[in-house]
Amino acid sequence: MATIATKQSEGNTFSVIWSWITTVDHKRIGILYFVTAFIMFLVAGIEAGIMRMQLATPGGNLVSPDVYNQMFTMHGTTMVFFAIMPLNAAFFNYIIPLAIGARDVAFPRLNAFSYWTFLASVLFMNFGFIVGSVPDGGWFAYAPLSEQPYSSNQGMEFWSIGLMLAAVSSAVAGLNFVVTIVNLRAPGMTLMRMPVSVWMFFVVQILLAFAIPVIAVGLIELTMDRLFGTLFFVTSAGGDPVLWQHLFWIFGHPEVYILILPPMGIISDVLPAFAKKPLFGYPFIVFSGIAIGLMGWAVWSHHMFTVGLGPIAVSVFTITTMLIAVPTGVKIFNWIGTLWGGSIEYKSAMLFAVGFIAMFIIGGLSGVSHAVAPSDYQQQDTYYIIAHLHYVLFGGAILGIFSGIYFWFPKVTGKLLSEKLGKLHFWITFVGLNLTFFPMHYLGMNGMPRRIYTYATEFGWDNLNALSSFGYIVLFVSMLIFVYNIIKSYKSGEEAGHDPWDAPGLEWTITSPPPVYNFSELPVVEGRDPYWIVKRRAVAEGKEIPGPQPLVDPSTVHLPDPSYWPIFTSVALLILAIGFMIEIPVWFVKYPISVVGGLLVFVGVLAWSNEPPTKEKDH
Amino acid sequence: MAQITEAAHHEEEQNCTGIDNRKLLFWVFLSTDCLFFGALISTYMVYRGQSLVGPYPIDILDIPLTTISTFVLLCSSFAMVMALSATQKDDIKGIRIWLAATAIMGMVFIGFQIFEFWEFAHHGLLISTNLFGTTFFTLTGFHGAHVSLGIVWLWVLFILSFRGKVTSARALDVEICGLYWHFVDIVWIVIFTLIYLVGGFDAGPVITG
Repeated sequence: MATIATKQSEGNTFSVIWSWITTVDHKRIGILYFVTAFIMFLVAGIEAGIMRMQLATPGGNLVSPDVYNQMFTMHGTTMVFFAIMPLNAAFFNYIIPLAIGARDVAFPRLNAFSYWTFLASVLFMNFGFIVGSVPDGGWFAYAPLSEQPYSSNQGMEFWSIGLMLAAVSSAVAGLNFVVTIVNLRAPGMTLMRMPVSVWMFFVVQILLAFAIPVIAVGLIELTMDRLFGTLFFVTSAGGDPVLWQHLFWIFGHPEVYILILPPMGIISDVLPAFAKKPLFGYPFIVFSGIAIGLMGWAVWSHHMFTVGLGPIAVSVFTITTMLIAVPTGVKIFNWIGTLWGGSIEYKSAMLFAVGFIAMFIIGGLSGVSHAVAPSDYQQQDTYYIIAHLHYVLFGGAILGIFSGIYFWFPKVTGKLLSEKLGKLHFWITFVGLNLTFFPMHYLGMNGMPRRIYTYATEFGWDNLNALSSFGYIVLFVSMLIFVYNIIKSYKSGEEAGHDPWDAPGLEWTITSPPPVYNFSELPVVEGRDPYWIVKRRAVAEGKEIPGPQPLVDPSTVHLPDPSYWPIFTSVALLILAIGFMIEIPVWFVKYPISVVGGLLVFVGVLAWSNEPPTKEKDH
Repeated sequence: MAQITEAAHHEEEQNCTGIDNRKLLFWVFLSTDCLFFGALISTYMVYRGQSLVGPYPIDILDIPLTTISTFVLLCSSFAMVMALSATQKDDIKGIRIWLAATAIMGMVFIGFQIFEFWEFAHHGLLISTNLFGTTFFTLTGFHGAHVSLGIVWLWVLFILSFRGKVTSARALDVEICGLYWHFVDIVWIVIFTLIYLVGGFDAGPVITG
C-alpha cells in the first residue's frame, strides 16, 4: 500500500510501463496529467527566467530579439495550455470520481485518450525547439503577425496544429466529465450536496465544451491560411484581422475562467477543512460560479478596447466586465465568511488558500481597472496588464493549485508532505511572487510596453526591472524547495492515514492511496459534507469514528479493462498532425502522411468501439 | 490491513438521470459542434460581400441544383427515422434497407457537392481566389466532411447488421447515429438558407459607411 503503483502493476519493468500505457484508471491518468503538467510548468518557468534575466538590466543582450519573441510565446502558451489547464485536469481526474462517490469516470478509455492526446500536443509543439522553428507570434497569435509573410518559418504551424491537438484533448475531456458529474453521482449525492470543487469543475467542463470549438475554428482558419492559401486574415484580399481577435477572445475569456474556477473550487474545499466549519453561503458560491461561467461569454471584447470597435461596443463591454466582478466578489466575501469565527489551522494547504484570496483580490481589482475603457487605453499592452494577469494566474490559479496539492497529496500517495518545507515553500513563493509582479504595476504605469526585448536606461525602468528579476530568482528557489519536498515526502514522508485533515469529503472515507476500485461499497450521502456528518454523529453517540472502507479483492469489482486503443488513436492523431508539417506532393495530395494518420485514427476509433469495455467474466 | 473480502454485488450501473451515458455524451457533443459551425457560419457572414474580386455568389451559385441536393438530404432524415424504428422492432430487412437508403441519399448529396465544387473550380473560384471562395469552401467543406463521416458510420452499422449486431437491444447505436445525422441535416438547413437563399444574390464588394 505504500506506493501509488500497487495492485495493477506488480511484475517486471516492462509490464509496469505497459500497465501505465494501457491504464484507464482515472487516478493513474490524474497522476500522469500532474507529472506532465508540472514538468511543463517548470519548463515555462525557465522560459520566463530567460526573459527576466534579459530584462534585469537595460540594454540586456542575453538573447536576441527573435529568441525573446519565442520565449514569451512559448512561456504564455505553455503556462496556459500545458501547465495550468492540465494541472487543473489532474484534479478533475483524480478528485471528481472520488468526491462524487464513483468508481471511475463515465468513459474511462476516452479519458485515457484525452491524456495521450494532450501529451501528443505537448511533444508536437515543443518539437519546434529541436528543428529550430519555435512559435514566435505570441500566445494570442494575432493575425496578420501569425501569417506566412510575417512569421515565415514553421513555428506558427507547430503552434496552431499543436493547439488543435490540445483542443481535441480538452473538448473530449470536457464532454466526459459533464457526463460523469451528471450521471455517476453516488446515491444521495444531489447536485446541491456536491462539494464546491466539483461544482466549479463542472462549470469548467461546460465552458470547455463550448469554448474549445470556437478556438478550433480560429486555429483551422489560421492553419488553412498558412498551408492552403486561404484568405481569412489576409488584409490585402479584404480579410479582417479583427475577426481573429474576436474568435480568439470569445474562446480566450471563458478560458480565463477555465483556468481560475478550478482553483476557486479547490480552496472552497480547503478552507472549510482547516477552519473546521462548513463553507459559508454554499448556494451563493455555487450560483456565483455558474454566473461567472455564463457572464464569461459576454466580456471578451474588453481585450479589444483599443481596436476601435466604437463607443457602443466599448460601453457594453465595460458594463458587462464590471458586472462580472460582482459574483467574484460574492465568492471572496463567502470565503472570508468561512474563515470568520472558525478554529483555523494554518497548515500549508490553508496558507496557500488564504494566499490565493489575498492575491486574487489584488489581481481582481487591477482587472476592474481595465474594465474602465479610458483607463484601459493607457494600460493596453503595458506591464500593468502583465502584473494583473500574473496576480490572477500565479497569485490566483497557481497558489490555488498548490493548496490543492498539499491538501490531496496524502490521499494520492498515503504520505504527508513535510509541513516545515511546505510553510517555507509558501512564504518564499509569496514573497517571490510579490517581488516579481508588484513592480510591474509601476512599470506599466510608467509606460513600459509588453513584449519588448530590451529598454534604454533613460526610461527610468532599471530599478523596478532589477527588483522583478530578483523576485524571479526567489520564486525559482521556492519551486526547488517544493520539488525537493515532493520527492522527499514521497520517499520517506510521514504516513498520512485515510483522513489526515478531518475533512468533510467522500474521498477521505477510503484508504490512502485509494484502492483501484475506489469504493468497495458505494457510499450513501446524507447531506453536504458527508464524512463530517458521519463522524460527528459517531462522536455524539459516543461510538468509534468509522474508519476507511475495508479493502476487497479487486477482481470481484466491476471495472473497465485496460486498453491500448486510446494511445493508438492519439499516436495516429499525432501522425496526422506531423503529416501537415511535411509536404510531399503525391498526385494531388499535398500531405500524404496526414492521410495515413487520418486512416489510422479511423482504424483506432473502429477497433475501440468494437472492443467491449469489460470482457465477460464469471463472478 | 483490512481483511480482503469480496465486494458487495451492486452491479447495476450508477446512473442519476436515467439518460444513457453515451446518449448524454452525444447531446453535449452536438452542442459543442453547434458552436463549431456557429463560428464557421459567423466567419462566412462577417465576410459576406467583402470579396474584392469575382467570381461573386450571384455569378456562380446554382440555387435550383442545390435545392435538389438539399431535398435529398432532408429526405434521408426520414429514412434514418425509419431505420431506427425498424431497429426497435428487430425488423432486420427494414434495418438494412433504411440504413442503406440513408447512406445512399447522403452519398447523392456529397456527389452533388463534389460536382458543385468541380464546377466552381472550372469557373475560376478556388479556395484562394477571394474571401467568398475561402469561406464558402471551408464552411461547406466541413459540412461535407461531417456528412461523409455520417455515411461511413451508416455503412459500418449496415455491415454490423449482417453480424447480428444491430438489434433492438442495441438500438441506442442506431439512435446515436441518427442524432448525428439529423444534426448534420439541420446544420445544412441553416447553411443553405444563409449561403444560397439569403446571400446567393450578393455581387461585388459592398461599400459601407
